[in-house]
Amino acid sequence: MPEPARVALLVTCLVDLFRPSVGFAAVKLLEKAGCTVEVPRAQTCCGQPGYNSGDKADTKAIARQVIETFAGYDYVVVPSGSCAGMVRVHYPELFADEPAMLGRAEELAARTWELVSFLTDVRGMKEVAARYAGRVTYHDSCSGLRELQVKAQPRQLLGSVSGLTLSELPGAEICCGFGGTFGVKYPEISDKMATDKIADIAATGADCVLAGDLGCLLQMAGKLSRAGSRIAARHVAEVLADMTDAVPPIGAPRK
Amino acid sequence: MSARDDILGGVRRGLGRGPVGGAEAEVVAERVAAHRRNLIPARAATLDAAGRVELFVNMAEAVQTTVARVGSDADIPGEVARYLAAENLPAELKMAPDPVLDTVPWHERPLLQIRRGKAEPGDAVSLTPCLAAVAETGTLMLISGAATPTTLNFLPDTHIVVARAGQVVAGYEDGWDLLRQRAVESEAGLPRTVNFITGPSRTGDIEQRIELGAHGPRRLHVIIVDGAQT
Amino acid sequence: MQATSHSFTDNARRELANPTLRRALGMAGTGFPARRADAVARLPEFEALRDQGKAIKDHTIAHLDHYLELYEKNVTAVGGVVHWARDAAEARAAVLDICRSVGAKIVTKGKSMVAEEIGLNEHLEANGITPVETDLGEYIIQLRHEPPSHIIAPAIHLMKEQVETAFRAAHTTLDPARVLTEAPQLCAEARTMLRPQFLAADVGITGANFLIAETGSSIIVTNEGNGDLTQTLPKVHIVVTSIEKVVPTLEDVSTLLRLLARSATGQEFSSYTTMSTGPRRPGDLDGPEQYHVLLVDNGRSSMIGGEFQDMLRCLRCAACLNHCPVYTAIGGHAYGWVYPGPMGAVLTPALIGLDEAGHLPNASSFCGRCESVCPVKIPLPKMMRHWRERQFAQNKAPPTYRYGLKFWAWVAQRPALYHRLVELKARMLDWVGRNRGRFRSLPLAAGWTAVRDMPAPEGRSFHALWAERQRGRG
Repeated sequence: MPEPARVALLVTCLVDLFRPSVGFAAVKLLEKAGCTVEVPRAQTCCGQPGYNSGDKADTKAIARQVIETFAGYDYVVVPSGSCAGMVRVHYPELFADEPAMLGRAEELAARTWELVSFLTDVRGMKEVAARYAGRVTYHDSCSGLRELQVKAQPRQLLGSVSGLTLSELPGAEICCGFGGTFGVKYPEISDKMATDKIADIAATGADCVLAGDLGCLLQMAGKLSRAGSRIAARHVAEVLADMTDAVPPIGAPRK
Repeated sequence: MSARDDILGGVRRGLGRGPVGGAEAEVVAERVAAHRRNLIPARAATLDAAGRVELFVNMAEAVQTTVARVGSDADIPGEVARYLAAENLPAELKMAPDPVLDTVPWHERPLLQIRRGKAEPGDAVSLTPCLAAVAETGTLMLISGAATPTTLNFLPDTHIVVARAGQVVAGYEDGWDLLRQRAVESEAGLPRTVNFITGPSRTGDIEQRIELGAHGPRRLHVIIVDGAQT
Repeated sequence: MQATSHSFTDNARRELANPTLRRALGMAGTGFPARRADAVARLPEFEALRDQGKAIKDHTIAHLDHYLELYEKNVTAVGGVVHWARDAAEARAAVLDICRSVGAKIVTKGKSMVAEEIGLNEHLEANGITPVETDLGEYIIQLRHEPPSHIIAPAIHLMKEQVETAFRAAHTTLDPARVLTEAPQLCAEARTMLRPQFLAADVGITGANFLIAETGSSIIVTNEGNGDLTQTLPKVHIVVTSIEKVVPTLEDVSTLLRLLARSATGQEFSSYTTMSTGPRRPGDLDGPEQYHVLLVDNGRSSMIGGEFQDMLRCLRCAACLNHCPVYTAIGGHAYGWVYPGPMGAVLTPALIGLDEAGHLPNASSFCGRCESVCPVKIPLPKMMRHWRERQFAQNKAPPTYRYGLKFWAWVAQRPALYHRLVELKARMLDWVGRNRGRFRSLPLAAGWTAVRDMPAPEGRSFHALWAERQRGRG
């Protein structure tokens, strides 16, 4: 076990609003990995919606706030490839024309990690103590995959979950169609992409689809539900943290 | 202001400078004059002569080129006759009037009707030499000239190419070196056309299904003269 | 070509509802990526070549004026003629002039996206000259009077039945009882019908994949042989191309050629990669007597020195199209102009303006697959974002959307207020959606719930729950 580390959790706005369980799963996993976890109260959003809509000024304002808020921690860990990618890859781009902020953005970027790859690549976690009796499939969220090279790590940890069978998803690397504002601005195209994605999911015979990003999961769960499918959707952290008995899948009616 | 001046001016404005001059012009000129090779894949570059021929044959056959290996020029007419019969083609061909093909004993196959010149619409089979055969991708390099009209490579349905084993080079860059050498030696400069040919003509334009013989030859047959028989 | 990009949303909706397009794109969407992946796997140096290809293009663009002048000098030295055109009108006029100067009646054409861009065919037809597309895909769409839907496979949106219909309607001299149901028959018929045209053409027009400054040569990369017949048989060969196609040396073009076919079709090399240098030489038995190169700017020089300069590296391989989930969902016609897919989303606003083409850089989820397969590493999503930044600065987005984002950004900078609002929203949505677990419809979220359910939130915000947990522990 590596040295204890002081980690700040960047909750993300979707986890905050839609599914706090993912945040608690992240905390549980991080504590298992020998980290003390704090959740700075001054965080809200990483700024990506405005950034992708072309509003650089507001994005910079939010980013400055994030940089302030997360100063001083050993690591900043994010249960989302897309928000982690925003901080790690795009904050330095954002401040490319402001040398003073650029240094601080790069410093934060270097300490910021997507959750699962943090556990494996930084904390050396090789397995988890978790149980899941069922067949799952895994969708590679685009930002995590392409900006942060998250690919093998979730599969590695899922491989250690007892009772779990992982069926590889054909087209795992193809976008689900969420894309933040894209899914709302071009719903028919987003829908076509979602339709293709759930067809691929169904073809695996899995009873649950997993991913590391709540945006993708809301898109896939929403489409599965609209299509009348019984296939569940969960954030991969919930399975790794052995919380699937306590927490119903996304969009399921509550007991 | 001519269109030329406007366009070059626009480019320079974008680059934030005037015309390239002085030291920078020399750097650019040197880069062109030296025409250095960039990264060459190891695939063919690390092979010896025999290995290159082997690789050329494999790569060519992978794209539906057929290859025959014969021992010497004396074997070429026999191979041509065999090939045409096997493909159920008449024993007629239009041949490039290239002196390099003069040493082949065509007279030993008097039933092979051979005319020499550029291709005409009725020609079904052509036979040409090549400048080089590139092992890296099974690609033939052919050049235009008084003795090697380009239409022979495209109008007939079947194209036969004669290559000597020593002409099999590793990569395209080796072909460029040959071309430059030729341009200097002949003082004629570059030819009008250099064709890199990798397999017969094809299209995938209808439902992604590959069809051979779209507009160019549907058959490409290479005869390699190297002393190794097939 | 008349643009319909401003109607992108309607276009996309229409194309998505087209079952024939679904089947046609379905075949293409799986084939190309798999073949490219195989080709890349067979060449261990591919990644290194991408970096070298990028470097060659970047160097060339940084010295583009110099290389264009060197190129022109070398074309002229071998007896070719270089023409320069600032825009589409000048380009069309230049081609027409050359055709008229030799009394051309029939012009054969190899595939050229630049010729498409300048609207060449319509112009020639309007002036009594018959252009004949000879690339099979281009020939088919010419018969159907529609534009190409892909930059290397123009008829990719069609099933073979549609090709049969077009051929039967156009090839009226042939026996109506002939069978034309399979691809080999269709290809054979096209070959038969086009061969006399190749032979009869007065002028042959091709594009150019590359121009080589060192030698004054142009290169076309094809598979059919139509480009070669187009440029060899007629008396005049015109190359219609654009200024950013120039490359310094033969060795440089070899690197780019190693990237091109693999990225485009997964081939090691195309069937025909042809380099042309000037007209026929004294003593040549065939070849054109005249060789003209038309260098078209049409907005490219304006891209230099700005945020979109990297787009000039584009090799027109179409890998980005083939890997784009949006392109493979809606096809190329939805984009409304010559260049579809991710490269079209970046290039089109630069060439025809953001007002006309504004939807294109917005219709992307920024999945990044395009950039990951681009042989010269063009940062396509980043440049689409730059177009969105320009639109934002011009206040071009719909008001509800703009105000919504502004409100979000305002609240996000006030954490205490933000947390109260999020907790409130979580509780409200939960109160409404608790039992079913999801919403089939939601006010203000029709864009979402029109096509999918919205899963209900868990009912409390993470921050509220965390604060409670901390208080419980403290």
